[in-house]
Amino acid sequence: MTTDYFAFFGLPPDLAIDLKDLEKRFLDLSRKYHPDLNARKPAAEREQALESSAILNDAYRTLREPIARAMYLLKREGFDIGEQTTKDVPPELLEEVFDLNMALEELKAGDTEALPQIAEARGRFETMRTEVDGEIESKFGQWDAGHKRESMAEIRSLLNRRKYISNLIDKTHVPD
Amino acid sequence: MFQIDFGENDDKVVGIDLGTTNSLVAWMNLTRPEVLPGEDGDKLVPSVVSLTPHGAIIVGNPARRELIDHPDRTIYSVKRLMGRGVEDVQAELKLFPFRIAAGSESVIQVKLGEKTFTPPEISAFILKQLRKNAEAALGGPVTKAVITVPAYFNDAQRQATRDAGRIAGLEVLRLVNEPTAAALAYGLDKRQQGIIAVYDLGGGTFDISILKLHDGIFEVLATNGDTHLGGDDIDNRLMHIALEDIQSEWSEDISHSGEAVQTLRRDVIAAKEALSFAPVVHLRFEWRGRKYDREIRRELFEGLMKDIVERTLGPCRDCMKDAGVTPEQIDEVVMVGGSTRIPLVRSAVEVLFRARPHTELNPDEVVALGAAVQAGILAGTVENQLLLDVTPLSLGIEIYGGVVSKLIHRNSTIPASAGETFTTGVDGQTNVLIHVLQGERELAKDNRSLARFDLKGIPPMPAGMARIEVRFLIDANGILNVTARDARTGQEHSVEVKPSYGLTDEQVEAMIEASIDHAEEDLQAAQVALARVEADAILVAVSKAQRDPAYDLLDGEERSCIEAAIREVQAIYHSDDHEKIREKIDLLNEVTRGLAETMMNSAVRGALKGTHV
Repeated sequence: MTTDYFAFFGLPPDLAIDLKDLEKRFLDLSRKYHPDLNARKPAAEREQALESSAILNDAYRTLREPIARAMYLLKREGFDIGEQTTKDVPPELLEEVFDLNMALEELKAGDTEALPQIAEARGRFETMRTEVDGEIESKFGQWDAGHKRESMAEIRSLLNRRKYISNLIDKTHVPD
Repeated sequence: MFQIDFGENDDKVVGIDLGTTNSLVAWMNLTRPEVLPGEDGDKLVPSVVSLTPHGAIIVGNPARRELIDHPDRTIYSVKRLMGRGVEDVQAELKLFPFRIAAGSESVIQVKLGEKTFTPPEISAFILKQLRKNAEAALGGPVTKAVITVPAYFNDAQRQATRDAGRIAGLEVLRLVNEPTAAALAYGLDKRQQGIIAVYDLGGGTFDISILKLHDGIFEVLATNGDTHLGGDDIDNRLMHIALEDIQSEWSEDISHSGEAVQTLRRDVIAAKEALSFAPVVHLRFEWRGRKYDREIRRELFEGLMKDIVERTLGPCRDCMKDAGVTPEQIDEVVMVGGSTRIPLVRSAVEVLFRARPHTELNPDEVVALGAAVQAGILAGTVENQLLLDVTPLSLGIEIYGGVVSKLIHRNSTIPASAGETFTTGVDGQTNVLIHVLQGERELAKDNRSLARFDLKGIPPMPAGMARIEVRFLIDANGILNVTARDARTGQEHSVEVKPSYGLTDEQVEAMIEASIDHAEEDLQAAQVALARVEADAILVAVSKAQRDPAYDLLDGEERSCIEAAIREVQAIYHSDDHEKIREKIDLLNEVTRGLAETMMNSAVRGALKGTHV
């Protein structure tokens, strides 16, 4: 469980990753570790291959997505990302949240007229999240330049904002 | 002294398609996968199992004939019951003549005549038949197999399939998803790069998988489906119409006769299959001298099944979305399953994916052929090919408020794992119960309960102090394995598994034992049945003799002796001891010898007289 995903792929802990190269490494390592290609080995080796193969797949899944990769690196650098705070959220967004909560209350009370408003809010939040994603990726170079802990601070606050927005999007998925 | 050790590598690994309607077994013949036929020369073994009145199990074509004569002793489409609970199958019970025994809580018990079996045991009978067919065709023992399952099968359904293999005496080296196997069979590896979709509409299940090819590696990007949608549903629609039609024509409801329904079902399926090749067919049905004949046009048939085909398209769109591909990016489409012969299905698929589907291989055989290729990969005879499959459903645990916390998301490449640390909530608590679920919904109650894992033997300490690290690992079969470790001591922690739907390891072991013992029991049952047949014969003969004039010639003592012997046979008749039954038959035989001779003599005299006339 303590295997370092970057080291597993033989990569430096950079945030900007060449996805083609990552895929090639993934396929090569799959040929090495996949249980199907280790099926005739002794039990202990098969067990080891299963473990390595699971780690490989977990690592690939994490590193190929920019956001999952950044979250992983934050954790690796010892940042606490569990807490959700509003300090990284712009005030104009908080106003929107207030409106959304009102609409959700109305819907709960049985007023379906609030539905279009909620759908509209979802659209806006999704656009916002895409923007934040772009912003996060634009900061990758800062970290990659020297792997300095302080260069992660900005990414961290952006990830917090993103999490806040994602939660809002989840809220707008009202069951029918 | 000259014993040769053939070693493990000489064991042939076969590939098995354990289907809802038909099952097949295949192997790698040097470089080419090949389906192995049964003794009757048929490659398809109907997935039908019957318990004869003598207590013997028959499988395949002979069992299919029993569907009509002994519908209450015969079962088909048992795959629909694999890994499911009684409450899951209520809808199926209206459409399928499954006879569920009382007391089927976590595992369904199906009645065949006077006996009950679990779905894995019934599937094991089918697997044993396939194994026998393979051993006869290959001329050697077969103990290892790759078995295919619908890609959308959940953990319990996969476990049930693996259990069936074990009960059949097979080491199941791998469970492979049917659509992925089909992709292997098509040898699309010749195309070195590209994206392919596999559309698999079988008898009872629907799967869609989208794969990316990279020089021999088949990477599944996403899969979707419906484990209760297939050709059976089309049959049921036609059955419904035919039954109503017959009722209004004959003023008789035949739907209560198992025999009539199964005969009609056979004719309906024949009509359905013919409609794939002809625009108009006749559904002909005969029952107790009455004849029913109805013309069915393809347009009517297509109208009838339109929504069933529609229901497959939603999962296809979702699958493309999850795979992150557009229809234009899909290079090839592969068709699998007998229902893909239906022109309406083909055209719907062609329109959706904007590609002409592959139909070169027999859609009934392609999955078994792929399973054989996978068997070859595992055995090392097929090189440079590898399947990277995914888990079809998200895996999570129940947390406070009945909410699910997802640990492994759907469409994750398997093997996949996730870790979670658990602790105690009250002082001195010594065990922690973990409820594991599969599905995409937010609340535990809306998902599929897989199992409850009990972490036992935690040393008593203040609440929140214990640290138990639990690792959830989905293996290459798509089956969950859970291990736990005490984070303080690093020691392995015991985990007791209570599967929500399925057999425990102990139950499977007991069934393996029972299936070995069963051979003895089956023989016993057959002996008893045979003894009763003999008893019937002698009782009929004696009662006939008692009406013969010769009987009156016997003295009173002889007559009461015979009457006593008859009563003794009747008394022992229903016992399960065939030796005792035979004993009494012999006794009756003995005491009636005089009578028989007298009758014989008078018969001979009569015959001689006749010749003199």
